[in-house]
Amino acid sequence: MDTLFGVPVAALIGQVLIGLINGSFYSLMSLGLAIIFGLLHVVNFAHGVQYMLGALVAWVLLDTWGINYWWALLIAPVVVGLSGLAIERFFLRHLYHLDHVYALLLTVGMGILIEGLVKFKFGIGGQPYPNPMSGGVDLSVTFVPWYRLWVIGVALVVSLGTWYFIDRTKLGAYLRAANENPNLVRTFGVNVPRMLMLTYAFAVALAGFSGVMAAPIYQVSPYMGSNLIIVVFAVVVIGGMGSILGSILTGFGLGVIEGLTKVFYPEGASVVIFVVMILMLAVRPSGLFGRQP
Amino acid sequence: MSSMLYKYLWWLLVGLVLLLAPLVVYPLFMIKILCAALLAASVNFLVGYAGLLSFGHAMFFGSAGYITGYVLKTWTGDGLIGILAGVLVSAAIGWVTGLLAIRRQGVYFSMITLAFAQVIYFLALRLPFTGGEDGLQNVPRPSFLGLVETTDHQSLYFVVLAIVGLGFWFIWRIVNSPFGQVLTAIRDNEPRAMSLGYRVNRYKLIAFTLSAAIAGLAGSVKVIAFGLATLTDVGWGTSGDALLICIVGGMQTLWGPLIGAVLVIALEHMLVSVPELVQIVQGLVFVLVVMLFRKGIVGQWLAWWKSRQSSTHLPPATSEH
Repeated sequence: MDTLFGVPVAALIGQVLIGLINGSFYSLMSLGLAIIFGLLHVVNFAHGVQYMLGALVAWVLLDTWGINYWWALLIAPVVVGLSGLAIERFFLRHLYHLDHVYALLLTVGMGILIEGLVKFKFGIGGQPYPNPMSGGVDLSVTFVPWYRLWVIGVALVVSLGTWYFIDRTKLGAYLRAANENPNLVRTFGVNVPRMLMLTYAFAVALAGFSGVMAAPIYQVSPYMGSNLIIVVFAVVVIGGMGSILGSILTGFGLGVIEGLTKVFYPEGASVVIFVVMILMLAVRPSGLFGRQP
Repeated sequence: MSSMLYKYLWWLLVGLVLLLAPLVVYPLFMIKILCAALLAASVNFLVGYAGLLSFGHAMFFGSAGYITGYVLKTWTGDGLIGILAGVLVSAAIGWVTGLLAIRRQGVYFSMITLAFAQVIYFLALRLPFTGGEDGLQNVPRPSFLGLVETTDHQSLYFVVLAIVGLGFWFIWRIVNSPFGQVLTAIRDNEPRAMSLGYRVNRYKLIAFTLSAAIAGLAGSVKVIAFGLATLTDVGWGTSGDALLICIVGGMQTLWGPLIGAVLVIALEHMLVSVPELVQIVQGLVFVLVVMLFRKGIVGQWLAWWKSRQSSTHLPPATSEH
């Protein structure tokens, strides 16, 4: 069996795999957006920039101190998460009592500012990041690098873990309760403002984590975040931010659809997700897992 | 003194300043400000009076520019036809994208407009007539109805001023019309407007399409003046600039976009020798305004004026209009 639907099987599997990789990032990013939106009612327009920061921190760690990928996978999310903590504590928190538009605009401004600072300090060129896992597995039809499998596996574990934490644990229950009725949760003695701060920091750290994982696959460049985030927004529109599991599924699914489009109609690959978004808006405006319009 | 008279006074004052401006300021620089102001005004109209926050207005600005540029390069030397073509196309894009985007609300609406703008960006990069990475260059300066030539900067400036002035007047008329009142009602309380029997989505769609047409007008004028339509015009940065201008000048104010454009464009001009600082300064201004200065310059001034008036007249007027 060398061809399927008139395409070489190797190409098909290869593109599905690339689709799953892209889907991993769509998944992790839309998950983070959904968490922040669920609790803070803010769409974090800086999410792409924070993803880029994760990759950048990993690159700086390696370039300046020779700290390798595995340590970066731990350190970079902490650094990016702390920056998120500061943004929530000193900026976002003071805007909750206003129209949600202002918090959203703040994340837009923060994104522009951080991206500008990164461009100023590191230039606009991309930097390669070495692959931490050489070699791969030969599946007779195609060759699969270990690192790609690692990314897909980790993305699955992390996103499902996050879903489990929010949907199945006691702390997660507090989060969901605070989403429904923050004042009531406060009367039970839960420190809701701190919870909001930590939630934002966690989701931002998740973006940073995705950035580190992306560094060896894509180049580390100031634009990597803004290129990704618009696609992720379309993913979020398709899936809806109402369900964590829904975000994960939509992310992976759209990644695969994008990969398959590359096989069958390469020209359309860069817009296929937007086309799906348009179809979804026309047929089912509330999105796959959406509850509200 | 009626507040209406004050408003006309403002029109007169702003008009006078703008008429005299080319005596002291380079006309092309003023044109840049006027185009940015009109684009920001179209965004401001939508977010300020209809409550729809668009992140994709660059798609109307840019695509109208491409169309106008193409028409002037290949078909005709008449600026009016060029502008008309650009505005029509951007209004059509606005109608189609609006039809889909208004099916979702709030943040989803913003994300959808951003995604649509990205699609238009791809099209501008790929379609055969847009010139890809280079864009459309050397678009000839048109004449208008065979009466007015725009080859020298001075006369071009007055043509642009007339068109942009018309755009501002148009927005002002919409906002102060019964239609505008309904839009404001929808913004403030959509369920109530719906229960009063207004077809909310139709109003939103009309507002979105009008706003797209005005953004397109700004884009067409920009291409006529600078002879250049590029990917930057359709890029996210252009939409971001328009938003920045809106909040600096003051949302929900008529003249906010103009004042904001003067400041933001002047700021960018001052930083022209250190381009790598532009984005940092833009981001800083963005954050500072959102944190500390939410009403914007004109909004702040209006608030101050109101409080001054209500403190001199007794008893304090609670609602003037």
